[in-house]
Amino acid sequence: MSITALKQAPLREHTRILGVGAYRPGIIVTNDDVCQWIDSSDEWIRQRTGIVTRHRAPRDVSVIDMAEAASREALTSAGIDASQIGAVLVSTVTHPYATPSAAAQLADRLGATPAPAYDISAACAGYCYGIAQGDALVHAGTADYVLVVGVEKLSDFIDNADRTISFLLGDGAGAVVIGPGDSAGIGPSVWGSDGSKHEAIRMTRSLLDVRDFAMGAVTTDAEAEADGDAGQESLWPTMRQDGPSVFRWAVWEMAKVAQQALDAAGITADDLAVFLPHQANIRIIDEMVKQLNLPEHVYVARDIVDAGNTSAASIPLAMHRTLKEQPALSGKLALQIGFGAGLVFGAQVVVLP
Amino acid sequence: MASNEEILAGLAEIVNEETGLAPESVEMDKSFTDDLDIDSISMMTIVVNAEEKFGVRIPDEEVKNLKTVGDAVTFISGAQA
Repeated sequence: MSITALKQAPLREHTRILGVGAYRPGIIVTNDDVCQWIDSSDEWIRQRTGIVTRHRAPRDVSVIDMAEAASREALTSAGIDASQIGAVLVSTVTHPYATPSAAAQLADRLGATPAPAYDISAACAGYCYGIAQGDALVHAGTADYVLVVGVEKLSDFIDNADRTISFLLGDGAGAVVIGPGDSAGIGPSVWGSDGSKHEAIRMTRSLLDVRDFAMGAVTTDAEAEADGDAGQESLWPTMRQDGPSVFRWAVWEMAKVAQQALDAAGITADDLAVFLPHQANIRIIDEMVKQLNLPEHVYVARDIVDAGNTSAASIPLAMHRTLKEQPALSGKLALQIGFGAGLVFGAQVVVLP
Repeated sequence: MASNEEILAGLAEIVNEETGLAPESVEMDKSFTDDLDIDSISMMTIVVNAEEKFGVRIPDEEVKNLKTVGDAVTFISGAQA
């Protein structure tokens, strides 16, 4: 008896980013504001981080609200109707529910149901992880169009008194639509992880600690602190990082990853028009530019100055702003690289929408 | 294998490149943070350049112990041995 041939989804040769959208929440936090909480100065923060302001969302604006606003603009800019979307991927580490996902609700709000929808937990590399998956889904014929969102409301997970990372962080959302292209629009993804360094960027405590406190198993802040490294005023999990170690990894290890993404795409730094690094710290960006020997003509995104570090949202926000300020860069080659808590990283060369 | 004097001169060059400080101000008893006003991020840049220059590995945990220029010279000299 012969076996009936199985049908597989037809492969697609080319994919590309078709449109980009952004949402920047309205509360502007200045360095002077930050200096009410930590002993520092506007000049010190500018020099050490490049940051002048960061945006934060009000209490009643959720991760899903921000994702929706950015996604609507991305769909319009791509000329794609939500009903054509074949998958919704939301990269975030600040949606305050382990389940259900932000992505499923976002798909519903946009009218993209019943598209598959799921969240990606890859912190500051989340957007590049999303691009890697969206690209693969369209390539493989699993989806025609994929919505990839990077969104964070980091202000819900910071401790204003913390000097290691909290003052860097901002809220925001960026989104792109990936679809079929006439020519190559997304280079091979170079992505990976190193969980041995999971403590380099971390939360002060787990939700189980919060549960134990709520259940009375831990009765005072003092007890809670004895049992972890939480800030004095709160049991709520907030971010911390080992800045110098992360800086070293981000610059010297990630410059290698960025170079691999260029090599994989078959281009050199000379062919680039734009560099879109994760907006972690201006000194990381500047040192990476040096390590990669990027030529003068490459436009380097420095959205961090106004937006702070918005984790998964930082690259699409930087892309959106770059294209707004320099529309002639549309259609040109950009190197994007995300890296962060995990540790995780992802990079690819893309044609700008 | 570099002598301590050579390591000091090499470090002074690296510090000068990162911070603009005069090489002769980089002396054995100077503290990186208190005397030379080098922050933790600049320190990492100096460490990575020193690793490359002297062909040694300086782990992150070790960097915290390098308080003075002399500490760094001693560590690099030991790591080269």
